Amino acid sequence: MVKEVERAGIPVVHIATVVPISLTIGANRIVPAIGIPYPLGDPNLPEEKSKQIRRELVERALKALQTPVDEQTVFE
Amino acid sequence: MKLELGKIYIHDVQFADKTYVENGTLFVCKEEIEKLVLEDDRLISARVELARPGESVRIAPVKDVIEPRVKVDGPGAIFPGVINKVKQVGEGRTHALVGSTVITCGRIVGFQEGVIDMSGPTAKYTPFSETYNVCVVIEPKEGLETHDYEAAGRMAGLKVATYVGEAGRNVEPDEIVTYETKPLLEQIAQYPDLPKIGYVHMLQSQGLLHDTFYYGVDAKKFIPTLMYPTEIMDGAIVSGNCVAPCDKVTTYHHLNNPVIEDLYKRHGKDLNFIGVILTNENVFLADKERCSDMVAKLAQFIGLDGLLITEEGYGNPDTDLMMNCKKVTQAGTKVVIITDEFPGRDGKSQSLADAVPEADTMVSCGQGNIIVHFPAMDHVIGTLDFVETMIGGYEGCIKADGSFDAELQIIIASTIANGFNKLAARTY
Amino acid sequence: MAKYKIVHYINNFFAGAGGEEAAGMKPELHEGAMGPGLALKAAFGDDYEIVATVVCGDNYFGEKTDAAKAELLEMIKKYDPQLFIAGPAFNAGRYGVACGTMCKAVEAELGIPVLTGMYEENPGVDMFKKDLIIVKTKNSAAGMKDAVPHIKTIGEKMVKGEEILGPSIEGYIERGIRVNYFHEKRGSERGVDLLVKKCRGEAVETEYPMPKFDRVPPNPPVADMSKVKVAMITSGGIVPQGNPDHIESSSATKYGVYSIEGMDRMDKKDFMTIHGGYDRAFVTENPNLVVPLDVMRDLEREGVIGELANYFITTTGTGTSTGNAKGFGEDFVKKLKEDGVGAVVLTST
Repeated sequence: MVKEVERAGIPVVHIATVVPISLTIGANRIVPAIGIPYPLGDPNLPEEKSKQIRRELVERALKALQTPVDEQTVFE
Repeated sequence: MKLELGKIYIHDVQFADKTYVENGTLFVCKEEIEKLVLEDDRLISARVELARPGESVRIAPVKDVIEPRVKVDGPGAIFPGVINKVKQVGEGRTHALVGSTVITCGRIVGFQEGVIDMSGPTAKYTPFSETYNVCVVIEPKEGLETHDYEAAGRMAGLKVATYVGEAGRNVEPDEIVTYETKPLLEQIAQYPDLPKIGYVHMLQSQGLLHDTFYYGVDAKKFIPTLMYPTEIMDGAIVSGNCVAPCDKVTTYHHLNNPVIEDLYKRHGKDLNFIGVILTNENVFLADKERCSDMVAKLAQFIGLDGLLITEEGYGNPDTDLMMNCKKVTQAGTKVVIITDEFPGRDGKSQSLADAVPEADTMVSCGQGNIIVHFPAMDHVIGTLDFVETMIGGYEGCIKADGSFDAELQIIIASTIANGFNKLAARTY
Repeated sequence: MAKYKIVHYINNFFAGAGGEEAAGMKPELHEGAMGPGLALKAAFGDDYEIVATVVCGDNYFGEKTDAAKAELLEMIKKYDPQLFIAGPAFNAGRYGVACGTMCKAVEAELGIPVLTGMYEENPGVDMFKKDLIIVKTKNSAAGMKDAVPHIKTIGEKMVKGEEILGPSIEGYIERGIRVNYFHEKRGSERGVDLLVKKCRGEAVETEYPMPKFDRVPPNPPVADMSKVKVAMITSGGIVPQGNPDHIESSSATKYGVYSIEGMDRMDKKDFMTIHGGYDRAFVTENPNLVVPLDVMRDLEREGVIGELANYFITTTGTGTSTGNAKGFGEDFVKKLKEDGVGAVVLTST
């Protein structure tokens, strides 16, 4: 799905826990997520903190979308 | 460590007033089994039914399948750390009621429980169409939380299997097979000229319905470790999970792990079977990295020349599988992977979610996405209410008469990725 | 007994109209067999009849594909054939593409079996081998003699609905389709065999060659995020309560597009997860862990992003074939483009 969005000319960022799969299938802009059962946030923390983590990940994703890349790049 | 496995071959199963084995027939006492299961107040009903090869019977949704065994000599007892006290097992003598099983089924916990057909065109895909099955249909208390329901179902199966296994304690086995693996240095010295072979056994450990236990320890909480192969035959590993039914490694399959059995068959002939590296399948990338590092380290540490790797489940565990393969290969050990495939219903897509160039020697256990037809059966043990939402089922796949179409992956252990079956896939 | 009817497709060259100079010729219809069809006619024997041969110039087909396809289909349709054979195209590239295109069109339109033949380096092979059975031929028309028996055998099996065996047995080009069979030895035993051989340094053959995944070059970055419409997509299986479109919990065959209009966050009363591949407890409690609507709305309000699309697109990632996922993508990008979406955040569990 990532590749089809890319192919259509729309910049796309993949927030994914299993970065190796994302690399294998061919996403170009990748942001590592927290974990499979909770990719964006950490429900073990109070909601405020969890949301803060989510916000940081999304901001990193937006930054990735605004960064020129010429090969597959993981934004750690 | 040396284990004698006494095989008592079972050719029929019948109800009786007490549970015992006579002339290859397993007699079970329904009432005692039901009483045993209902000791757990999370369950409100238990019904015992029997299923024999060739009968027009469908069992669903199946949670676990267990071979009844009993430890008759040596330290510890069956299912240590779960049913019996924690104690090292794998030595002495164990009796198995070969050809019989205990199957737990009943209302679905998640999406991942499967189907067993005792006859018809789909029977050939599961080994349990050829066994005499004591089926326990359980019913949870209203509103029971899913994790609790899973645990209650798991314990019910293990308790019943232990109870039935007791029936083999004083029966003279039809066949005794001896398995032995010595401590590392002695084992290497025994066959110095043969390649030193190991087995990386990846245990499913991804959380709800995706857990496996080693001596009662949840596999996601351990780091990779070494195991004597005979430990597994005494129930050191039990399944607490329902991944996609087709590649579920049931407790039966742990007790009868085919890789371990086939490595023992060649032990001392053209290979030297050193031992098993146990590892897990994780939901965090850092854990995947850490555990695969450790697997490679252990393989190198004990000086293996080659090893087999098997996984349980598909999707992101393919990454654990590929990491293990890559790192072990880079550490200088030759690798063969056994896996199953999910290339879509038309068979045209990639079979695994991940791939590395080091995975150049693979064994295929078949592809789980093809659609197969399940004709109606005379009798259903459990319920077909959930077929549409079970993995492999889809909206509108079932007809009023109980016949349905579904992907092969709805059948328990049909493409199990440890090579237990003869099913394979090739490229057309 | 009535004969099985075959319609045959060939190009200008094989119809005897000429080479390059005749490549612009429009579709033509000839009753009965002609050119390479004569060899097919002889091979198929009395139970079959090549009722018509349709011809088209390679250039005409290449340049006016849709028109040529439609015209040819009209011609073929009226014969109500049981089998359609195109070519073989040997190593002729344009002809190969035409044969493949016509086979697919006839199969889709008429629902009858179709068959073609090509040399393995013909560009038509990569385009069509997954969809079609392409008999393997030599690189020139001299290979017709060898190809005919395979075309006959496969053609007959197709018409009669008999099982077509593997590519090396039947003589067609490997299609890359994974098919089940029962081996005489179980998997673990084969694994041990392979490992012993590998350790001895002997050659071993894998049962599943590692796939090659294609790549798409990255797009230039978004110039000004504050002016862009952003859409959220997920493979995390988040759906409205009750899963109205019955998306599968594994190996999905469909995706959904669901409104988030007027919502500030993903409320657990409105949404659930059906993903069969992870512990759903956390996400059930808070779907924002997969679809970060709460944060996106904050960013929209603060002007960091121009606008958030008022829907999200969702499916289940686990076990879903790359073919299906690609299909979903091809389908929903149309909507994204229509709606003027300028950037996508795709989340996976």
